[in-house]
Amino acid sequence: MLKKRLIPCIVIRDNIIVQSIGFSRYLPVGKVEVAVEFFMKWDVDEIIVLDITATRDGRKPNIDLINFFTEKCFLPLTVGGGINSLEDIRNTIKAGADKVAINTAAITNPEIIQQGARVFGSQAIIVSMDIKKNSENKHEIYIDSGKKPTGLDPVDFAKKAASLGAGEIFVNSIDRDGMKNGYDLDLLRMISAAVNIPVIACGGVGKMQHFAEGIIDGRVSAVSAANIFQHIEQSTIIAKAFMKKAGIDVRLISKANYDDFEFDELGRVLKSPKIEEARWY
Amino acid sequence: MIPKDKIVIIDYGLCNLNSVLNALKFLGANAIISQNPEDIASADKLILPGVGAFGEAMKNINDLGLKKVMDEEVLVKKKPILGICLGFQLFAKESEENGLFEGLGWIDSTVKKLNVGPEFRIPHVGWNNIKVTNESCLFEQIPDDNFYFVHSYGYIDTTMKIKTSVCSHGVDFVASFQKENIIGTQFHPEKSHASGLRVLKNFIEYRGETKC
Repeated sequence: MLKKRLIPCIVIRDNIIVQSIGFSRYLPVGKVEVAVEFFMKWDVDEIIVLDITATRDGRKPNIDLINFFTEKCFLPLTVGGGINSLEDIRNTIKAGADKVAINTAAITNPEIIQQGARVFGSQAIIVSMDIKKNSENKHEIYIDSGKKPTGLDPVDFAKKAASLGAGEIFVNSIDRDGMKNGYDLDLLRMISAAVNIPVIACGGVGKMQHFAEGIIDGRVSAVSAANIFQHIEQSTIIAKAFMKKAGIDVRLISKANYDDFEFDELGRVLKSPKIEEARWY
Repeated sequence: MIPKDKIVIIDYGLCNLNSVLNALKFLGANAIISQNPEDIASADKLILPGVGAFGEAMKNINDLGLKKVMDEEVLVKKKPILGICLGFQLFAKESEENGLFEGLGWIDSTVKKLNVGPEFRIPHVGWNNIKVTNESCLFEQIPDDNFYFVHSYGYIDTTMKIKTSVCSHGVDFVASFQKENIIGTQFHPEKSHASGLRVLKNFIEYRGETKC
């Protein structure tokens, strides 16, 4: 059985990891290199690195950083931020990324999805949508780091992206970003039902329970989060333990006894067994 | 100390091969990427990686004049070769991907589309568990049986005698095989974290035992 995936999203501005709140406040967290080394030991299934203001600030993907990843990171790597052309996709993949996340350019120039899929395969193209409820209480896609409304309905655009050859859809809720109140499950359900490609949920995780909700109630193939993983020791192992308890088929690698974890009904850890991190190779 | 095998990762111009090279370097192997027939001839072991389309890959292999040297080193000199994903499929007689294309012809089988029901998504992308069916040194001491797959086509004839593991995604398919020195995996060991690195380490240390 194909496993449900847990994907930490490393949100950066330039080369510093930041905690993002509502796409408007950014608190510095630490160095990318340190986070990657931890995640390699902690049961994650893939890693996504997003430079959230790259397009707005006119930056291209940081090739040196991608090179660093591929020397340390024997997991699928997705890179987003500043991907605006076929050339950007080529450079990013050539440097060692497996997939690119295309956000603003997917909206302003949807042909890039088709071209990218034709040249590099659908599996390499993730369309990333930042979504907010507008004044009419309807979901709408925003671009330029969540600043500019597009008038586009995310369900319609997800279908369009899939038909153009996108391999996955990354759904990030601006309203939930940094709010710790869980994913926008209605939104996830609508998008998952509309497309036949995997959907990755992001935005709003504050408790381990939220990961399970994303998979079970949001019906997504993969759950992602940023802030929560930066603040708890062995956070991704705990998240996997919770997902396993919720009956979700996940890949486990640490020599932890996952059944010894105990959580309260909100997904807070009550009992955490001693975890022996597997020598990971 | 046994001198390190020289491993050549065959570059047929389709994909980024650095992931494979980095994984081998991380494991301490003596590996290079090359499309030079002389390098291939001087290698102790070969790796044929791959992401991309079957027809284009074979065209590149033929255009670069690599078929002859690969046949010689693999079929005559019996050098161990590890095919990964598309590289594994290229060992076949033929593939039905976007038409019908002739492969390297080392394995008498046809690569076909994974024909799955509507509840399964194609391409088959992500972590899936394999079932080891025949003893193989590739899987010695792997910490778990999940590997990372990205593909839409495969060897769907699971009655194949040389298979060493199978996997399932709406349809059963061969996840790895070994025919003497010809070894291959449908999954990407270089992207499969601890288990994948162990598979590569096992190939690096492979000494031609009949039961790899």
